[in-house]
Amino acid sequence: MEKWPDNKAWLLVLPVFVIVAFSAIIPLLTVINYSVQDIFGPGQSVFVGVDWFREMLQDYRLREALWRQFLFSGLVLIIEIPLGVLIALAMPKRGWKASAALVTLALPLLIPWNTIGTIWIIFTRPDIGLLGAVINNLLGIPFDHTASPLDAWITVMLMEVWHWTPLVALLAYSGLRAIPEAYYQAARIDGASAWSTFLYVQLPKMRGVLTIAFLLRFMDSFLIYAEPFVLTGGGPGNSTTFLSLYLVKIALLQFDLGPGAAFSLIYFIIVLLFSFIFYQALQRVGKGETV
Amino acid sequence: MARIELSKIAHSYHPNPAEPADYALKRIHTVWKDGGAYALLGPSGCGKTTLLNIISGLVTPSRGQVLYDDRDVTPLPPEKRNIAQVFQFPVLYDTMSVYNNLAFPLRNRKMSDARIKERVLEVADSLDLTPFLNKKAAGLAADAKQKISLGRGLVRSDVAAILFDEPLTVIDPQMKWELRRKLKEIHEQLKLTFIYVTHDQTEALTFADQVAVMFEGEIVQLGSPQDLFENPEHRFVGYFIGSPGMNFLKCTIEGASAHIDGAGCIELAPEIAEKGRKADGKLEIGIRPMYLKIHTRWTKGMLKAGVKGVEDLGSYRIVTLDVAGRTLKAMLSESEAVPEGTVGVSFPRQWIRLFEDGWLIK
Repeated sequence: MEKWPDNKAWLLVLPVFVIVAFSAIIPLLTVINYSVQDIFGPGQSVFVGVDWFREMLQDYRLREALWRQFLFSGLVLIIEIPLGVLIALAMPKRGWKASAALVTLALPLLIPWNTIGTIWIIFTRPDIGLLGAVINNLLGIPFDHTASPLDAWITVMLMEVWHWTPLVALLAYSGLRAIPEAYYQAARIDGASAWSTFLYVQLPKMRGVLTIAFLLRFMDSFLIYAEPFVLTGGGPGNSTTFLSLYLVKIALLQFDLGPGAAFSLIYFIIVLLFSFIFYQALQRVGKGETV
Repeated sequence: MARIELSKIAHSYHPNPAEPADYALKRIHTVWKDGGAYALLGPSGCGKTTLLNIISGLVTPSRGQVLYDDRDVTPLPPEKRNIAQVFQFPVLYDTMSVYNNLAFPLRNRKMSDARIKERVLEVADSLDLTPFLNKKAAGLAADAKQKISLGRGLVRSDVAAILFDEPLTVIDPQMKWELRRKLKEIHEQLKLTFIYVTHDQTEALTFADQVAVMFEGEIVQLGSPQDLFENPEHRFVGYFIGSPGMNFLKCTIEGASAHIDGAGCIELAPEIAEKGRKADGKLEIGIRPMYLKIHTRWTKGMLKAGVKGVEDLGSYRIVTLDVAGRTLKAMLSESEAVPEGTVGVSFPRQWIRLFEDGWLIK
């Protein structure tokens, strides 16, 4: 029987295409369009080619924000992944204690991001904040995130770790719970120490969830905006001005739509590139042939 | 190597067991001789895995003692017991090579690298794993993986016994046979105590010299495959071993015969009838389907039966008979004629077994 080409199936894909077009493709094309024009006002624009890209790539403030961003994301990953795994290992395995631990852990994840910033502003205030007052008055160490860049970084890091480590812990916990009991039994019979059991049973079995945790935390921390915006506003000086904070300053506060669009695209490509590199690298871990 | 004695073992997963039903194991009292090949056979949920885990030390029994060569090891964890266990599905260290998997138990016991190498190569050779030594364990087929699990037990030369928990569950039928042969070969070579848990009677009967049949938390019989077949000590053994299982008929003893209500009389061996008369429990006679004789014409001493169906299984046939509302199964060889309509069934005296409240009268 001869088969006639039937293109009706494309109609079924159409709704998805329309939704994706409105949610991603059209906005992205708009940004690309802006990035090659100098816009003076509604209907007044000039084509400028790649000038904005050139300008943005030479902008030292963007470069500083980029290094700051890498330092921030790097610290986030170095702290949150091991800490999350540790918490997951220490959590109760079953019963009401396990449920209680899960709910407690999930709490920071349920709080709106702006509120998180506000909580930490109050928490670290030297005069009335619980943490700030304790450090300043009881321990006698001057600590003020509005005055000292180091204190600002410490506060932002503490807030970030408090906010997102639970996500890593929950993912790691689910990975741990999925390991069949027989693996632990075999490890005991083989005389494996707790450390070997972790290294050769638990960690390899958690690879999948930890890859997800790693990528999520990298992307999220690289795009962080609301919490530092509320907490430090990028200061003191520019010390906590991360990429997204700087982008908003250019695109919305100064209303430089062209440079802002070029910046957005550079930002987008960096996130995409690094996520891809990390994914490939993590997929390869533990898959090569070794003796 | 060791002789393993289970002394009055009982185990419950409940924190405060009250009634017998709370116990996964009711009362286990048995000895596994050094170098024996044993099978623990029983249906799902009969407690066989629990018993295995008690022997290996993964579970501490609520009551009773585990003795290795008369040494009490009940409170000891598995790593202190010199035991190896092969699980239902292959348990491997995925990130390690086959070599490192096999070396792992020895490295944990701080053996020298040279000695480890010697042992690993030796074991890999006897399990035909040498070509895979440098490969990742994760990429191999299920049967090779199970061999690695077994190998991790065999590398330890001081191992007291190797326990198998339904190790062939995930293996393809063809490789099952192959792997079972390999197990037997290894057993003959090393004379280690093997304890093999399964719910598959073919596996148990072909693998083991001695089979322990478990039923509702008890070992109802420990014996050779032939014993289990010919002299099942409990009706469960008769029913569980053999395919189809033993036929049972409720009866009363009158003189030297077993009287089957509404169906007639069957003559018994005099000493069996004698013991049956003295018994006051519920009596049943049991006979294996292969020993029943079918006659086209009924004569005295037989039971009258209607043929309900015949299943042809290739080399033999199974005939389903109706005896006054009770069902009997008989096995016929290919050469025997297929009976029809009303027939007579005779019970050869030497193959009739008499049970009181489920237990064999000897």
